[in-house]
Amino acid sequence: MDRRVFGVETEFAALHRPASGRGLPPDELARYLFRPVVDFGRSSNIFIPNGARLYLDVGSHPEYATSECADLMDLIAADRAGEVIMHDLAVWTEKRIAEDGFDGQVYLLKNNVDSAGNSYGSHENYLIPRTTHFRRLSGILLPFLITRQIIAGAGRVVPADEKQPAHFAFSQRADHMWEGISSATTRSRPIINTRDEPHADAASHRRLHVIVGDSNMSSTTSLLRYGSTDLVLRMIEAGVPIGDFELENPIGAIRHISHDLTGTAAVRIRGGEESTAVEIQQGLLDRAKRFVAEHGAHHEHVERILQLWERTLEAVRTGDHSLIDTEIDWAIKKRLIEEIADQRGIGLDHPRMEQIDMAYHDVHPERGLFYLLRRRGRAQEILTEDQVTEAMITPPQTRAAIRGEFLSTARAFGAEYTVDWVHHKLTDRPLEALMLKDPFATTDERVESLLEKLGDRNQLRERSLQQRQADSVSLALTDRFEADESTQDLVQFP
Amino acid sequence: MAAQPQKQPQRPGGEEETGTESAAQLKANPQATERAEELDSILDEIDTVLEANAEEFVKGFVQKGGQ
Repeated sequence: MDRRVFGVETEFAALHRPASGRGLPPDELARYLFRPVVDFGRSSNIFIPNGARLYLDVGSHPEYATSECADLMDLIAADRAGEVIMHDLAVWTEKRIAEDGFDGQVYLLKNNVDSAGNSYGSHENYLIPRTTHFRRLSGILLPFLITRQIIAGAGRVVPADEKQPAHFAFSQRADHMWEGISSATTRSRPIINTRDEPHADAASHRRLHVIVGDSNMSSTTSLLRYGSTDLVLRMIEAGVPIGDFELENPIGAIRHISHDLTGTAAVRIRGGEESTAVEIQQGLLDRAKRFVAEHGAHHEHVERILQLWERTLEAVRTGDHSLIDTEIDWAIKKRLIEEIADQRGIGLDHPRMEQIDMAYHDVHPERGLFYLLRRRGRAQEILTEDQVTEAMITPPQTRAAIRGEFLSTARAFGAEYTVDWVHHKLTDRPLEALMLKDPFATTDERVESLLEKLGDRNQLRERSLQQRQADSVSLALTDRFEADESTQDLVQFP
Repeated sequence: MAAQPQKQPQRPGGEEETGTESAAQLKANPQATERAEELDSILDEIDTVLEANAEEFVKGFVQKGGQ
């Protein structure tokens, strides 16, 4: 597919740290955090004007699902907007609980594991053609995803246990994957989930749901993560020969690879010889470069993705991690950990190191260590602040634009509605409910004529960014339109 | 009251000695000195934003499992 729809769903960790004693329990904290969400949408599971979904998931994790994006930069900006929204909710909660007599700080972390070994995810969605042969898809995509952690892992300080001393690993999530492919998520945690809800025309499309990824803080790492996966999918879809990397024991391999920073951990290819994560990634990268040379680049970032992919593999192969230590999350984090070990004379088994690991993922712009490093020029950024602000309120140019228009217009007229990825319904007109199956469509005549029935849309005034910023817990939870009677009055008295 | 991320810098381990040692080694090289100072400043800033008791923070960071 030349154009593809992408999305990512992030589960955040939430934590209250009072000045002393125990913090609020997770479900109580989650209720506070989502009060502004409920105030805005009368539910703790809502779609917001930028087309994304905010909800409380299994285990009281605040979750943000980006809307469907057809451009990688839109996706990365939408994902970052989720971090800002979570921070906004944390700031509000801190104030609110102070009024209720609880002191302390509220943390929202975009990581994947707590100190008790609980894991929560970063789930990617890729729209793929239904014609894609599933056996071929899993045969190539699984070994790619199992080894992808060496180019896109978030890095983790792994505390000591009976078997091994404290050490640094590529991935947060690798130790929490239990199955290669399955239709369950909470129960068995497969790398590729086959639950087939395409949120599109099921006759032509399938939604590939990948739950193996780490939550990334770095936008350059995100670009490589989604961009490389898209390229591998393109090759699978094009039917070109890619080579046989299918692993004998996927789950053993993903854990084995994560804990070996040299990238040389041996994994067995099915029915054949041993290989390494670097070799498998290099094989796929070489094939991708050939593919792009033959078929052309399908978007403007392809060259950058290929270069960063190549350089990251070189960094792992040679052990010279300075090649990527401002661009790839695990290397950015590892550099900091090593410098602290060096300067402060503490080992990886010191609790401070685990705390640093966690704090890297803190979404607080002053307190979060990824943002701190970025301010200090030790992490690169490909998004501007304006792009992120825009992503807070404006849907990307996909079906999300229709969803945003629909719900913003209905809200402006005070009309009850329900909306999800596909369905659009005005409560008063249940028989005119609409299903939009094309995720690429940016306008829909049926939706337009349904909205016309609400009233004169020319009366609606688009609120300025300043107005929206002024009066809300979060910019993302503000209305786009207001039905403006005051303007009419002004017209009468020029 | 700890509404703001303002904490006393905490310096675990034998940081005093290692700090002085590396400063002496780097004296000859101005660029390296600058880098070391920049790093010191980053680590100091990190100390001010992190909760002082790392062990308590880590132990207290327990979630329910997600998907």
